[in-house]
Amino acid sequence: MAANSSNSKQANTRRKATQTFLLCAAMLALLGAGDPATRFSEIGHRMMCICGCNQILLECNHVGCPASDGMRNELTVALNRGDSDGLVEQSFVQKYGPTVLAAPTTKGFDRAAYIMPVAALILGFGLIVLVIRSWKNRPAPALADGLIPVRGAELEQFRDQARKETDL
Amino acid sequence: MAEIGSFALLLALALSGYSFLAGLIALIFQANPSHAQSPQLALTPAGQATSRAATSNPTISASYDSSLAAMLRQGSERIGETARRAGIATFAAVLLASIILVICAFRDDFSIAYIFHHSNRDLPGPYKFAVLWSGQEGSLLFWSLLLAAYGFVLRLRYKTDPRLFAYASVILAGVQIFFLLLLNFAAHPFAIMQGTIPADGNGLNPLLQYPEMVIHPPMLYLGYVGFTVPFAFALGALIMKYPGEKWIQITRRWTMVTWAFLTCGVFLGAHWAYSVLGWGGYWGWDPVENASLMPWLAGTAFLHSVMMQEKRGMLKMWNMWLVFATFWLAILGTFLTRSGIISSVHAFAQSSIGDWFAWFLAITLITFLVFFFKNKSHLRSEHKLESLVSRESSFLFNNLLFVLLTFTVLWGTWFPKISELVQGNKVTVGAPFYNRVAIPVALLLLILTAVGPLLAWRKTSIESLKRNFMWPTIGAIAVAIFLMATPQSWGSAFGLKPWRDISYFYSLMAIALSVLVSLTVASEFYRGGRVISKHTGQGMFASMVQLTHRNTRRYGGYIVHFGVVVVIIGFAGAAFNLDKEQEMGYGDKMSIGPYTLICRSYTDDDGPNYASEWALLDVYKGGKQIGTMTPVRRFYKASQQTSTMPDIRSTLNEDLYLVFEGINPDNGHPILKAHLNALVMWIWMGVWIMLGGTILALVPNAPAPMRVPAPARLEPTRSASMVTGD
Repeated sequence: MAANSSNSKQANTRRKATQTFLLCAAMLALLGAGDPATRFSEIGHRMMCICGCNQILLECNHVGCPASDGMRNELTVALNRGDSDGLVEQSFVQKYGPTVLAAPTTKGFDRAAYIMPVAALILGFGLIVLVIRSWKNRPAPALADGLIPVRGAELEQFRDQARKETDL
Repeated sequence: MAEIGSFALLLALALSGYSFLAGLIALIFQANPSHAQSPQLALTPAGQATSRAATSNPTISASYDSSLAAMLRQGSERIGETARRAGIATFAAVLLASIILVICAFRDDFSIAYIFHHSNRDLPGPYKFAVLWSGQEGSLLFWSLLLAAYGFVLRLRYKTDPRLFAYASVILAGVQIFFLLLLNFAAHPFAIMQGTIPADGNGLNPLLQYPEMVIHPPMLYLGYVGFTVPFAFALGALIMKYPGEKWIQITRRWTMVTWAFLTCGVFLGAHWAYSVLGWGGYWGWDPVENASLMPWLAGTAFLHSVMMQEKRGMLKMWNMWLVFATFWLAILGTFLTRSGIISSVHAFAQSSIGDWFAWFLAITLITFLVFFFKNKSHLRSEHKLESLVSRESSFLFNNLLFVLLTFTVLWGTWFPKISELVQGNKVTVGAPFYNRVAIPVALLLLILTAVGPLLAWRKTSIESLKRNFMWPTIGAIAVAIFLMATPQSWGSAFGLKPWRDISYFYSLMAIALSVLVSLTVASEFYRGGRVISKHTGQGMFASMVQLTHRNTRRYGGYIVHFGVVVVIIGFAGAAFNLDKEQEMGYGDKMSIGPYTLICRSYTDDDGPNYASEWALLDVYKGGKQIGTMTPVRRFYKASQQTSTMPDIRSTLNEDLYLVFEGINPDNGHPILKAHLNALVMWIWMGVWIMLGGTILALVPNAPAPMRVPAPARLEPTRSASMVTGD
């Protein structure tokens, strides 16, 4: 009984510690997320200036740009109105078209932009595993009659010697 | 002059065509001696048809066949030699055409359309020289010139391995024919203006009128074109089933020099963008920038994996694909930027020659595939992998990540077009996409850069890895904690709180991993130096110099790795950038970071090539004046275009970057934008270190010292002495 109670106490403490850690991590992650200046900078850096300069909205640098000043004002108004990030981006897309977003969204076919590199990574890892397995299973080259392959500690000794002498 | 230039181009095409065809015929006869023994195919010395008579007597027939074969072999060797000389002469012809175009630029010969479109009378001399590569036709001529120059060097050095060089020469001639066909029939640099000859030209694009533009394109093109040489050798070796890995040793220096040129070109481009475009950044993930990055990434992967083939006879097929991909991506990049298929801000040279490039890409791909599948049995690995914890494995993962980065950049560059085809609308793939996808991969690559050098070939014990890795890891963690704990007032990279923003997290990781790589590199130098010091009694520094000299490739490579991490630290600084825009009248103040700017004056100026407006600002830091800055905006008269010339004050910690954006029409006050860009100088320093490391790796190794017994009568107190072998 005493052992059971001790185990349950330990599990309880572990659960509480995990919850506290997750709470702290979430708080840290959300720190500063609601600040309007931060939101302006974040959303402004996720959009493009549509004047043809091919620059991020907040980095468009030419005086007299027919688009960027107006777009920045619209962004400020939308944030002051309390629109969510998604709503702001949606309204910009409706007005200026999908090219106003500096990166593909994570909806519909746009998701393929992000999926493909990950898929390539997984495929690449898979291929490497296959290659390594086939290399490891490859039979050792045949030895001439009478030769005994060097193995174990003796082989390590020769290797160390070879490294010392050649691998400077 | 235009007629001579046109003739030189036609002559170059004819010579190149001859070099290709004659070289090919010679190789076919050399590779297939049965052609010589076939009476139907063989020609008699005097052209007599004696085959039937000769075959009636076996003895006569055998001697006849052997003498015929020898004669044909000799003949094919002679033809091969003429092909080699024609290849050398191609260089002379293309050089002549290039010189004529430059002379026409200096003589303001506006009867030539290219000169009219890219030059003007008041253009300064160095930019008139740069006219050669400033437009479509000229840059193709320049490309052709560099290819011919590489071919010239290759054909002069043919004695290294005449047969392999003959194959490479034919392949180079094939590529050269493509560019000369383009120049003669699709993008003629000596095309004549229709109607009356204008008094002055349109002038050079203002963005190109910057000193670095005189060297950036040549460097980049030397890199692009240079990868044709390793590709030509690789394909040649595949076609002829070249025994052993000697071709890799032959091309090693070519590849490294080419890689160094491409590195130089890519970073000069970044520096040019930073110094001229005036948006405060150096890399915008534009398709043209991506086009230069892709072959660089593939080429870097090849430089690593080729070591596996050289040392262990492994990854032969993979290397063949990598060297082809590098060459192909360089051409693909040109296709992307010239065809207009993908929109770019660098629209210096768009035209309708995209179809030519598309065909060329298809033909090279098919040619490569045919020979690869025909001869792939020749490319089997010779050894087995003994352990997962080995240098071989680290190279495999290194290659995976490099290729993944290449694919990501290629995918991101093409995705707008793919999206248009699939869902009917284009999307933008800009910096946020690459930051999200490429940065984590780059960080993984940094980890491998740290671990890789500590792994031995074949097998590494976990204990030795732990032993070698412990102190660098502790050092990296200590630096990360230090950066988080220090106050922000110390500088841009201090007081880093990774939980505030993902960009801060990436920056902290990048800096910590860079420290890890630097410490592993330093520990490698230290360990090797200690061994030499123990044997020779020299000081540690002298021992490390000797160590480097004994294996320049390995330690030069480590220095390149160190340069890369210095560049990465520079990139990590982007997370701390600040900017501010303000109208500045006399005496107005602007504060950004630790700097205060006070406008002392603003005025304008007029010159023959451009008119300029500029502001004069005193810069204060900590209440003390530290300098004066003058951002300028120019109006180029010939092209009727404006361009900014930012003023940049660089320190190790940050760059103060001022842009003259324009003038408020209501009151005439200048509008200035100030950027505070953290750690940018580290990028340019890192590139110098990378180039230094590459040059070092090209230096031949010092001979290893040999132990020889000393004669007793000369050295009675010592039984042996260390002497340096010759």
